[in-house]
Amino acid sequence: MEILLEGVGYSYAENTPFEKRALTDVNLHIPSGSYTAIIGHTGSGKSTVLQHLNALLKPTEGVVMIGERKIEAGVKAKDLRSIRRQVGIVFQFPEQQLFDETVLKDIMFGPLNFGVPEEEAERRARELVVQLGLPDEVLEKSPFDLSGGQMRRVAIAGVLAMEPKVLVLDEPTAGLDPRGRREIMDLFHELHVTKNLTTVLVTHSMEDAARYADRVAIMHKGRCMVTGEPKEIFSNEEQLGDYRLQAPRSIRLQRDFEERTGLKLESISLTEETLAKNIALALAEEGRGSL
Amino acid sequence: MMEKMIFGRFIPGDSLVHRMDPRAKILFVFLFIAIVFVANNAIGYAILLGFTLLVVFLSKIRLYFLINGLKPVFILLVFTFFLHLFFTREGDLLLSIWVIDIYEEGLRQGIFISTRFLVLVFITSILTLTTSPISITDGIEILLGPFKKIKLPVHELALMMSISLRFIPTLMDETGKILKAQMARGSDIGSGPMKERVKAVVPLLIPLFVSAFKRAEDLATAMEVRGYRGGEGRTRYRQLNWRIADTLSLVLLAGLTAILWYFRT
Amino acid sequence: MNSGILSFENVTFTYNAEDEKVRPAVANVSFSIQQGEWIALVGHNGSGKSTIAKLMNGLLFPGEGNVKVMGQAMTEETLWEIRSQMGMVFQNPDNQFVGATVQDDVAFALENNGVPHEIMVERVHEALSQVKMEDYKDHEPHHLSGGQKQRVAIAGALAMRPKLLILDEATSMLDPQGRTEVIETIRRLRESTGLTVISITHDLEEAALAERIIVMNQGRKHVEGSPTDVFKRGNELTEMGLDLPFAMRMTHLLQEAGVNLQEEHMTDDELVDELWKFYSKA
Repeated sequence: MEILLEGVGYSYAENTPFEKRALTDVNLHIPSGSYTAIIGHTGSGKSTVLQHLNALLKPTEGVVMIGERKIEAGVKAKDLRSIRRQVGIVFQFPEQQLFDETVLKDIMFGPLNFGVPEEEAERRARELVVQLGLPDEVLEKSPFDLSGGQMRRVAIAGVLAMEPKVLVLDEPTAGLDPRGRREIMDLFHELHVTKNLTTVLVTHSMEDAARYADRVAIMHKGRCMVTGEPKEIFSNEEQLGDYRLQAPRSIRLQRDFEERTGLKLESISLTEETLAKNIALALAEEGRGSL
Repeated sequence: MMEKMIFGRFIPGDSLVHRMDPRAKILFVFLFIAIVFVANNAIGYAILLGFTLLVVFLSKIRLYFLINGLKPVFILLVFTFFLHLFFTREGDLLLSIWVIDIYEEGLRQGIFISTRFLVLVFITSILTLTTSPISITDGIEILLGPFKKIKLPVHELALMMSISLRFIPTLMDETGKILKAQMARGSDIGSGPMKERVKAVVPLLIPLFVSAFKRAEDLATAMEVRGYRGGEGRTRYRQLNWRIADTLSLVLLAGLTAILWYFRT
Repeated sequence: MNSGILSFENVTFTYNAEDEKVRPAVANVSFSIQQGEWIALVGHNGSGKSTIAKLMNGLLFPGEGNVKVMGQAMTEETLWEIRSQMGMVFQNPDNQFVGATVQDDVAFALENNGVPHEIMVERVHEALSQVKMEDYKDHEPHHLSGGQKQRVAIAGALAMRPKLLILDEATSMLDPQGRTEVIETIRRLRESTGLTVISITHDLEEAALAERIIVMNQGRKHVEGSPTDVFKRGNELTEMGLDLPFAMRMTHLLQEAGVNLQEEHMTDDELVDELWKFYSKA
């Protein structure tokens, strides 16, 4: 499913002494089936954009197209639920939204709200718990008895159980330990591929954006400055600097290596693994490695 | 809707009124509430209204914001006006349409009472709009100081108030966040039949309580580690500063009382 | 033995001590920290490091063994005296901000300890300039970023001129910029005042900056040593759910890819150096 923002502006508390402008003339195209990372400094408007993707916020200027649906500034929109069924959001620290008596019921909450039959919702919940690497017993436990990491996984399952066509992720791994971070990001990527999802990742981690996304958009001061492929975006360190961002560590190390040795690596290394491979290759070609 | 409401909110500024000592402002408001009742005729109310507009002017709060932000209060005001207009049956009959009779006294009372209501709302709003909540708390703590002798836990009450004030924006943000997260999961408090709406409150309230308790626990730990052991032996960082302007404001109020008394019938 | 500024002597602590099936959260842990050191206490969630934090500030008392701060054993009697000499910054920036504005919050501990007003004003100013937040003194907490709030919390601790600053997961809820701000602040403070710092963290990038690392695992002290020595244990750490610093991960990946690196590297510069030597050798 495709999402399109055209000339979107948004102000909080419009027409009051507390008015605050968050977005100005944002144009952003999220093609169906893409994995788009939205990056930007804190306060750049990333989270405000995110809330437009399933009509939690309505633009105060411009138009948002979500699939076939059109949300336009100043026009009353009806039946937003049908949009929200298709666009699931995993918010930052999603464990804060857990509330039900058992994990099972909590995961079923979303699907049931959208009219999925009870057996089907339960089937999904049971399947997801396994997929997210949680033991079966947690289903009958209270979500508040779980560890922080487990609560996070349950909350994610609660969103995935809605089987959305678009999955929006807002810093889904913030505060997790390194191993948990990797496992969850890999799982999202796997779902993106196997379920043919459109994925939007809002993140501070340039490394995650470089590793998983096929498109990157930079937000700065409430505007969407550029969109492009990770390779173009992340190889332009000067541009990143203008928006107070840094290239992923692998790319910075590649730059240091190239400057120091005068060698040119085969390609831009978006991940640590590619960088290691590229360096090994370059050294071998020069006959100085030990391959 | 809620975000437009300015009743009870603070707009930072640097006017004469902003700079006044909170104690003076609190006393001023309380005395003013009493003084309003001295007026009992058209001249009296006109003076009150004029005085109030003068205070609004001095506070540099734009009248437009004040009127716009107090809209819900005005509904109440209009309601009060009509209540008096329709149900007071004294004086000459001015107008009679169908079953409604309007008497002279009703019109008078309607105008007077709503003017009284208006000036009270304006003056109390000016207090909260020009004084940060924490200054109000400080003012109240010191004004209530003498009651410590009769074992009223003034310090604890003030601390409770200031911590609640400090956490209101945090909890408001959190409420918004959880509300949105549940809306994204298809729950909707804003629409549907009443029964559905009530049901939708649970997924909002439980996470809010859980998080508020967690915050309270964390805060208690942080306070303890930073050496908090109750009010005894504590010093105060915030000092209030009573200046001539503050004394003058109360003198002005005395003047107002005298004038109102003079015109009273 | 010199017990230094803070020491744990065979400390064991069990939540629900009556229940015998419960494994102690901290088991027979000993270490000592000297004046002026920067120590990182790392471990996975549930490794016992947050219990250690609570034992350090007297929120918990050891079941067995002793916790000593500046030579004094931590007891109900010495508790408040000890607390006035140690500052502590916690994980959640919002839940430790007591004051209505930045300067009120910084003054909180001073007020609690009955410091006279004139001295308070001085100390608040001094502490705020140490964390570079003077320009924000009248700001309310909800207008600050996470990193700024944590810097205010540091200032709140510094205002008491403590002998020891403990950071309990103080960077784990921050964005990368906030994390850098806080770490930079600590680094500067250490340079200018030589303050003793204990960071409790699961971020090994942060731990790498310390002079000594203590790794906790399942309630026990797993290993203790300089960052280089500790990180040499590579996979042992990753198996505990900890991460390695970037340069070290790269070193391992390069070795796997067949580049025959001889040394472990803590920083990008060192790594590039060895790669360059490699390249220019033949």
